[in-house]
Amino acid sequence: MNKNPETEIKFSDKFTEEDLKIRADFPLLNKYDMAYLDNAATSQKPECVLNEEKKFYEEYNANPLRGLYNLSEMATEKYESARVTVQKFINAASEREIIFTRNASESLNLLAYSLGDLLLNEGDEIAISIMEHHSNMLPWQHAAKRKGAVLKYIECDMQGNVTEEELESVITEKTKIVAFTQISNVFGRLNDMKRLAEICHRKGAVLVADGAQSVPHIPVDVRALDVDFLAFSGHKMFAPMGIGVLYGKEEYLEKMPPFLTGGEMIDSVTREGAVYAELPHKFEAGTVNAAGAAGLAEAIRYIEKIGFDKIEERENKLTAYALWEMGKISHVKVIGSEDPDEHHGIITFTVEGVHPHDVAYILSADNIAVRAGHHCAQPLMKHLGVMSTTRASFAFYNTMEEVDRFIESLKDLRRKMGYAE
Amino acid sequence: MQNKTFYNEILTDHNLHPEHKHELENANFEMDGVNPSCGDEIRLKLRVDDGIITDGAYVGNGCAISQASADIMLDLIIGKTKEEAMRLSDIFLRMIKGNVTDEELEELEEASVLQDISHMPARVKCAVLGWHTMEEMFKEDKES
Repeated sequence: MNKNPETEIKFSDKFTEEDLKIRADFPLLNKYDMAYLDNAATSQKPECVLNEEKKFYEEYNANPLRGLYNLSEMATEKYESARVTVQKFINAASEREIIFTRNASESLNLLAYSLGDLLLNEGDEIAISIMEHHSNMLPWQHAAKRKGAVLKYIECDMQGNVTEEELESVITEKTKIVAFTQISNVFGRLNDMKRLAEICHRKGAVLVADGAQSVPHIPVDVRALDVDFLAFSGHKMFAPMGIGVLYGKEEYLEKMPPFLTGGEMIDSVTREGAVYAELPHKFEAGTVNAAGAAGLAEAIRYIEKIGFDKIEERENKLTAYALWEMGKISHVKVIGSEDPDEHHGIITFTVEGVHPHDVAYILSADNIAVRAGHHCAQPLMKHLGVMSTTRASFAFYNTMEEVDRFIESLKDLRRKMGYAE
Repeated sequence: MQNKTFYNEILTDHNLHPEHKHELENANFEMDGVNPSCGDEIRLKLRVDDGIITDGAYVGNGCAISQASADIMLDLIIGKTKEEAMRLSDIFLRMIKGNVTDEELEELEEASVLQDISHMPARVKCAVLGWHTMEEMFKEDKES
């Protein structure tokens, strides 16, 4: 990235002490004078996480779970202790219920194959919401085709709200699997997973929760919610790219067939077949991303140090302020609820007469990073009657000054596109 | 990070007040162009008589760059022969790749405002959509 010092404006002098203290932890935020508002796509990484990953390679690097020498045991210990950190973070009953994957997408693909094989027969039904990210939609479309099952959609209204009646009518005794996002990456609305789990279990279905947008922003307790599975990505929660998690109740994971096969997921192999390893290693074929797991554990410790109280307080304040200011700009229309508490840092919007790619581009010229497009939710976009949209998404390290900057650029946007305001 | 926006008056004017964005009843050449990564789409229609493009129009949806570029292209090629239009398209596409002489740039007239897009890889596909669609249209005609 080139920086032009002549036109560069320093906003950091307007940051509060708390802003500065938090932002000091993130090397990238201090490298560029940029408002990074694309946190729902991926988050920035604090220095402690980067150091932890580096430290793994400098001090612990050997192939975990294999070697009979001390260094490999140290690597194994590092990797397995990361698993326990994740287990405690989401309050899973056992570390055997924590599978490391690359990301939420891989977790969901694993489920669609393996759980699909375990549960689905011809004519069975899978129910997913229309607001699912493609990652929690395409694997189920594929599983339905593969098993001759029927994929049904749970519809939402224009604010992303799903009614009890809709849930009760789409989820039936024929439904074997329900896959639902805890927080939509378009609306930012929190779906009531506990209530959904009750409905699913009453009808004999298992509930797969997509936690990609929720786990980084709110406390998620898998036992309190009683979800059967939870998928999330490390990279959206300040951890490195390439490490993700699948939580699953042991009773299901035990019965599910392996997804990928290969090294270190077996007990013994003969010419005819294999005896698979115990949980969780049954689902972790090949050399694992142990450094990534160590980074994820450090990210969790970092989140716990900041505290979800503080994270939510800051994110909600930013969202409320941005929504309030956006409400004053004519031609800007926010998708979803008018209530800031229903957004969890995600604001998806349109600017009348300006294509989202042009919106993102003009914001980018003012050093503001947002996402534009269909947000990997094309069926939802169609449902909402928009081609594509722009999305600003906050993390707790964003500041009110960055919101100001975003609003100023947004105000001037239509004029820059040739409209006489 | 670019500090200057790329959206100059020529571009925004062609986007907001396109001269050629409409249906064309008597078209004898027609082709759809889609840029799936962005969702830009246009349908290009031309009227060609004795090898000369006598009229042209497009309809579609997409970002300002894709739509304005198509409008600018039509301004340039209406009244020209097919061969001349293909030659200008070649210059345009080379301009986007950063491989063009000053004399050639002048021939592109308003289309030369899109020169800087060569620095913005993500937007190149938007800028070339109309031009690629025209090239495909004429190539297909040659083959059939």
